[in-house]
Amino acid sequence: MDSAIKTQGLRKVYGQKVAVRRLTLEVPRGEVFGFLGPNGAGKTTSIRILLGLAAPSAGRAWVLERPAGDVATRRKIGFLPEHFRFYDWLTASELLRFHGRLYGMSQVDLRRRAPALLDLVGLTDHADKPLRDFSKGMLQRIGLAQALLNDPDLIFLDEPTSGLDPVGRRLVRDVIKAQRERGATVFLNSHLLSEVEITCDRVAFIKHGELLETRELRGGAGEAVRVSMRVQKLSEGDVNGLSTWASSVRLEGERLTFTVADAEVLPQILRFLVGRGVDVYEVAPQRTSLEELFLQIVGTDGGL
Amino acid sequence: MGTWIMAGVTFREAARKKVLWMALAAGAAFLCLFATGMYYELKDVGPHTNMLFKREGASALLMVGFYAVDLMAVVMTVLTSVDTLSGELASGTIQAVATKPIPRWELLLGKWLGFAGMVTVYVALMVGGIVGSTYLLSLHSLGGILPHHLLRGAGLIWLECILMLSLTFRMGTSFSTMTNGVVALGLHGIAFIGGWIEQAAALTHSPRALNVGIAASLIMPSEALWRRAAFEMQSPILNALGFSPFSAASVPSVFMILYAGLYMTLALALAVRRFSQRDL
Repeated sequence: MDSAIKTQGLRKVYGQKVAVRRLTLEVPRGEVFGFLGPNGAGKTTSIRILLGLAAPSAGRAWVLERPAGDVATRRKIGFLPEHFRFYDWLTASELLRFHGRLYGMSQVDLRRRAPALLDLVGLTDHADKPLRDFSKGMLQRIGLAQALLNDPDLIFLDEPTSGLDPVGRRLVRDVIKAQRERGATVFLNSHLLSEVEITCDRVAFIKHGELLETRELRGGAGEAVRVSMRVQKLSEGDVNGLSTWASSVRLEGERLTFTVADAEVLPQILRFLVGRGVDVYEVAPQRTSLEELFLQIVGTDGGL
Repeated sequence: MGTWIMAGVTFREAARKKVLWMALAAGAAFLCLFATGMYYELKDVGPHTNMLFKREGASALLMVGFYAVDLMAVVMTVLTSVDTLSGELASGTIQAVATKPIPRWELLLGKWLGFAGMVTVYVALMVGGIVGSTYLLSLHSLGGILPHHLLRGAGLIWLECILMLSLTFRMGTSFSTMTNGVVALGLHGIAFIGGWIEQAAALTHSPRALNVGIAASLIMPSEALWRRAAFEMQSPILNALGFSPFSAASVPSVFMILYAGLYMTLALALAVRRFSQRDL
């Protein structure tokens, strides 16, 4: 499969400080990828390297199969910085036209695209207002619009919900969903784990400039699941029989817990238990929340 | 293409800076003062005064005007452009454009062209203001006074501003706004002192002091451009008088002008190189 992003041993050093230590990761095209880590973990530095804003001290990075920073490739990339700001005398429409021209878009395309994007981010009524009159949330919205101007193949969103109210956060979620549906890759750097959990296909955990782990968040195929059941009339033979599909089987009173390698075997387990006369009152696959996962992997020290 | 898009937006950005409007207001106040002074200079000189003396007196006042315009234009150029790179680098504004499909050299050159356009308009307005007012006020009595080589002189004042602009761009790719301003105006100060040393040395025939002045001009050739501009615009009679604040006892050579052009080009080229290589 084609990679949208690929890095090998990426390293970035500022004086004595190592911002990115050894980052090796790959993001396939069409994936919504979450980039998680505590403050100062090297997330924004990594994004800056991928965008060609900063040169790596060592290692290599490719974006859309071209070396990171390639000027022509930027035509297919959208970027929303953490705190989007621009000349505050420009109106929202002027800002989109200016950035569209930098993307090399024709006037005809811009006349069609700019109003549509203003509508998408809910700023149609503020199209002719200068940015100096915009709130932080409105600036983030217009920043999101400029990141989508060129229908990018790859979009970098660095803390996109920063300064946004719940309606704005919903908008970002919908935009990410729409981008996934049209096949674009989204690289999302966010502190809001609940947002990441809803929107991302896969997440990477980074700490002290190093990749700790990546996890699938979608589908669950091939993913181990801990299951909790409330049952009655369960014999020891039934418990032993479960070992065909499950491991770490424990029975405490009516509470039966076990781990299966894949959630897809759950119907077979249920048929087996019901077939043996067991009364099943409750089946609950236990999902670890992203926040718990984050704390397990990254730790509670905040990377300090 | 990216260069012209950036030049357009930068020109509009530069034209919105308060410093520019203050410089324009100061320029307008200066022009009013200058025109009033010129009016009385021409009117109050006795009717029996020699026409040549009258004309040279007005020409000398015109040179004072040019001197003030030159200084205002240089200071305005430095103050408006000093934070365009360092400020946008610090605020992150530059990231939104640096991630677009235009090479960094086009981005920097576009910004430079935008400011160069603004400087050109300012110099044209100020030079046009004092030349126009002097010409109109002297039209009736003296048939209209114009500088000797107006276009050469105005061109050199413009080049001096563009040189300062290129220097602030070079500094802005490496240093903070404050450092940039201090270095740019400090270098202009060295050039200013060097110019006076050179003139004084020419009068006292001190070759060693003359070399000190020339060395200062090599470190920063901005003042040399003004002195050459003054030489070009001043009437031959005033030039022949020798030492005066605005005449050129030791005229910077054509080679010094070429050196200043090279200095400006090199500063801009180094700014482009540094900007293309540095992290944003």
